Amino acid sequence: MTLDKGKKGMTVKILHIPDELIRSQIIRFGITEGAVIKCEEVVPAGPIIVSRNLQEIAIGRSLARQIKVEQISA
Amino acid sequence: MHCHDLSNHINIPKGARKIVLAGNPNVGKSVFFNNLTGMYVDVSNFPGTTLDITHGILGKDAIIDTPGVYGVSSFNQEEIVARDVILGADIVINVVDAVHLERDLFLTQQIIDMGVPVIVALNMLDEAEKQGVKIDVDLLSDLLGVPVISTVAVEKKGLDELKQNLYKARVGITDLELKQKLIKQLERVGSQGEALLILEGDPHVAARHGLKPGGQREEIYLARRGRVNDLIKHVVRQTQHEASYATKLGRWMINPITGVPILAGVMYLMYQLVAVFIAQTVVGFTEETVMIEMYEPFIVNLVGKLFAEESILGILLIGEFGVLTMTVIYILGLLLPLVLGFYSFLSAMEDSGYLPRVAAMVDRVLGFIGLNGRAVIPFILGFGCVTMATITTRLLGSDKERKIATFLLALAIPCSAQIAVIVALLAGLGVKVAIAYVAIMFTVLVIIGTILNKILPGQSTHLMIDLPPLRLPRVENVLKKTTIKTWYFLREATPLFAIGALAIGILQVSGLLDIIQVGLAPLTEGWLKLPKEAATAFIMGFVRRDFGAAGLFDLTLTPVQTLVALVTISLFVPCIASGLIIIKEQGKKHAAMMWASVLVLAFFFGGLLAQILG
Repeated sequence: MTLDKGKKGMTVKILHIPDELIRSQIIRFGITEGAVIKCEEVVPAGPIIVSRNLQEIAIGRSLARQIKVEQISA
Repeated sequence: MHCHDLSNHINIPKGARKIVLAGNPNVGKSVFFNNLTGMYVDVSNFPGTTLDITHGILGKDAIIDTPGVYGVSSFNQEEIVARDVILGADIVINVVDAVHLERDLFLTQQIIDMGVPVIVALNMLDEAEKQGVKIDVDLLSDLLGVPVISTVAVEKKGLDELKQNLYKARVGITDLELKQKLIKQLERVGSQGEALLILEGDPHVAARHGLKPGGQREEIYLARRGRVNDLIKHVVRQTQHEASYATKLGRWMINPITGVPILAGVMYLMYQLVAVFIAQTVVGFTEETVMIEMYEPFIVNLVGKLFAEESILGILLIGEFGVLTMTVIYILGLLLPLVLGFYSFLSAMEDSGYLPRVAAMVDRVLGFIGLNGRAVIPFILGFGCVTMATITTRLLGSDKERKIATFLLALAIPCSAQIAVIVALLAGLGVKVAIAYVAIMFTVLVIIGTILNKILPGQSTHLMIDLPPLRLPRVENVLKKTTIKTWYFLREATPLFAIGALAIGILQVSGLLDIIQVGLAPLTEGWLKLPKEAATAFIMGFVRRDFGAAGLFDLTLTPVQTLVALVTISLFVPCIASGLIIIKEQGKKHAAMMWASVLVLAFFFGGLLAQILG
């Protein structure tokens, strides 16, 4: 599935981020392919708020749609 | 000799070592800077506000501040500035946020890989403890290979220790595999920092050496991320903790169901503070009581003794547009209190961490005008000062977004000084007119934004924004920032206002004003349905839009005319200062096009409104 399908409270593992530039930027926040993150908040039709440890990032829906993830737990 | 040698840009004593402060945004870097140098810098919660290099003196050496960045490369302006300052550093003090160690150590490791001596200030340890984060500081120091000092900068804890150990900074440990790659590159460029950046594909640094940028960025980044994650596993212990109240509040700010009422509440607070308390109560005192009742008779009397009031000099100094009357009364009586109120509110918002959350909430909506949520930040800052906001459009991801945001700022976002005058003019007309004004301005913004999104080439970028922890703004910090910004405002606005007033005064005594007013009558009287004297306001408006609005004060207008005049003057050309910034950011050609389009659009929409309402 893709990240935009994530539900609030879901834990997911990132499988694929398509854009090299995005990958290079998001890696600094600790998010890489293979990283496990939590969906903290899903803004209706808007961004997905994800967290890893205590770091929170808002990811726009159009970007989330391109990020392939695998659900770990609900 | 390198073209980016820092000594060419900043004035530091000969032989002084360059000690550079570096760190992620919102880690409290500026507090360190203030403390180490005893000098003021603008402390802010938002990337983009410390873009100028600030430096001070510590003993015989220079301390140089850098913009907060998540890494060193050339993804944006901040990073380019930070990159070049760090490349020229003798010692780097790397401030890291103990709560976000995993994020911050990526930069730490990158600076270490650049081969510069580093000392780490592990800041906000108190906050980390509250969040259940335990850090083995000694082990962290061993694994990084550089000294690590624990600090709580806002309470001045650990700062003396940092000062004492500053010169124990050393070159840290770089992964062996990377080290080997670096050695090869080092032979060609002579600096490990530049060697690293070239390997990581930095086009600017590569070009300096006539080399092609390397294609190993991702590989090196992944290895670095791996090393940092591994390090974290060893030094950080996270115990379970309840989501704090601030975390919950932060979520509510983002979800529209709760976030929209919160935003409305914040706006209402701002309205109460600026438009009700300051614009009516405070200004009532400063403008009416102090300026008009006390100052004006005094100065008119004083100058009147030297020159007759009706003489040319008398008119220029103490007449209707007098330099000593109108300029002083408007600047000190009207604008100063309003601008103070506005800036203190905006500074508190900037420092609280609220803005990125608004950005997340409105992301979807801004998508319609080709922007992502981030653009809300220049817009909100624009309500303070459009000039400063135009500079922060740099934080937008693409040229298309920067153009759209710059244009909309120039056209449809009134700055604090202008809002001040607008609020004062609207105050007597009731809520309906005020709502109509806001609705019209918003409609224009949406229409023009949508058109620009359609006609401008290029792509808009996706939202990806760090949500810093919510923090209660520190009163001391807000006050400092407000004072500095207000002072800059006065320093910039006063001479411009005086020149504007003088120019109008000269036009008046020479009779040219009447000729211009008659000449522009088809525009003012015919199209905008305003009295022909309104031309004066527009002439003032070329200098600063708020002066334009101020020029409306003396006219007798119906509520509809006031609305038309306010819409026109709000949309009117940006002030001279923001015009100059637009030239700097967008180039002369695009700046001229924007300026001319704004002028045409202002009269178009103003007239349209007059025709519809008339």
